[in-house]
Amino acid sequence: MSSSFGAQVLVRLRPSIYDPQGEAIRRSLASAGVEGIESVRQGKLIELEVRADSAEEAEARVREIAARVLANPVLEDHVVEVGPDSVAS
Amino acid sequence: MARRRFAIPVFPGTNCEEDVLHALRAVAGQEAELVWHQERSLAGFDAAVIPGGFAHGDYLRAGALARFSPVMEPLAAMAESGRLVVGICNGFQILQEAGLLPGAMQRNRSLAYVCRDVWVRTEETGSPFTAALTPGETIRLPVGHAEGNFHLPDRDLERLEAAGQVIFRYSEPDGSLTEAANPNGSRHHIAGVRNRRGNVAALMPHPDRAWEPALGGTGGLRLFESLVRWSES
Repeated sequence: MSSSFGAQVLVRLRPSIYDPQGEAIRRSLASAGVEGIESVRQGKLIELEVRADSAEEAEARVREIAARVLANPVLEDHVVEVGPDSVAS
Repeated sequence: MARRRFAIPVFPGTNCEEDVLHALRAVAGQEAELVWHQERSLAGFDAAVIPGGFAHGDYLRAGALARFSPVMEPLAAMAESGRLVVGICNGFQILQEAGLLPGAMQRNRSLAYVCRDVWVRTEETGSPFTAALTPGETIRLPVGHAEGNFHLPDRDLERLEAAGQVIFRYSEPDGSLTEAANPNGSRHHIAGVRNRRGNVAALMPHPDRAWEPALGGTGGLRLFESLVRWSES
């Protein structure tokens, strides 16, 4: 019996890489009068629902596509999290 | 010399295919055909030029999803066999994402979509885009991109430089490298690279938009001459 699993892939620029988007947000906040923000980095959160027989299988599949396509290893690091089954069928 | 037959892969979102088709046929005097991305064979073609645009919408990252298109398999085989495979703009990003060229394109440092003429300096002449050029020669070409900020980690960048794989750098008209001449923040001012073997190459500027005065410039002519010269050698 397969179930639907929720998965999240957090994709972030590698720490060594300058992030022009994050820097633009920091400058905007500063010019809007928000004080004390020393640094901003922007990444992306990709949420997936995966049909699989087990959480382990769901996680393995998400890890594969995260490494293969959702993140570009030249620029980005990524973290995968798979939650408990949400919908059984 | 017999004319070569060029494939021009077209993905959903590609938008420079007619420019490249016309440039290859009318300007370079070669045979060329558009090839839809679902095609599984490139039999009968000697070479391929991946045109600019927004393949698959660039929604995840520029060029990232194109690698799943069926045409990429025969294209990779063509590259593997030593035949000419080149990319322009989004075609560069597609070749990087497919692992056929090094590096990745980050958002432009300015965050703006840059659409203007730039100058590039020829770094080496062992690639399909530079075979008819002389080292140090500068050429004016238009760019139009939001993700052209070439990145490689330090060590890989050193290897790329040591292997002579940088074919073009953004420069001033006299060839000097200034920050003002670099439209997107690319590391080492890199505008174009080739693979180690030399048969796969790409650049961000558009030679396909600069081959007659009415288009605002003729800098692209020399690059199409190069494609022909390289494919004849």
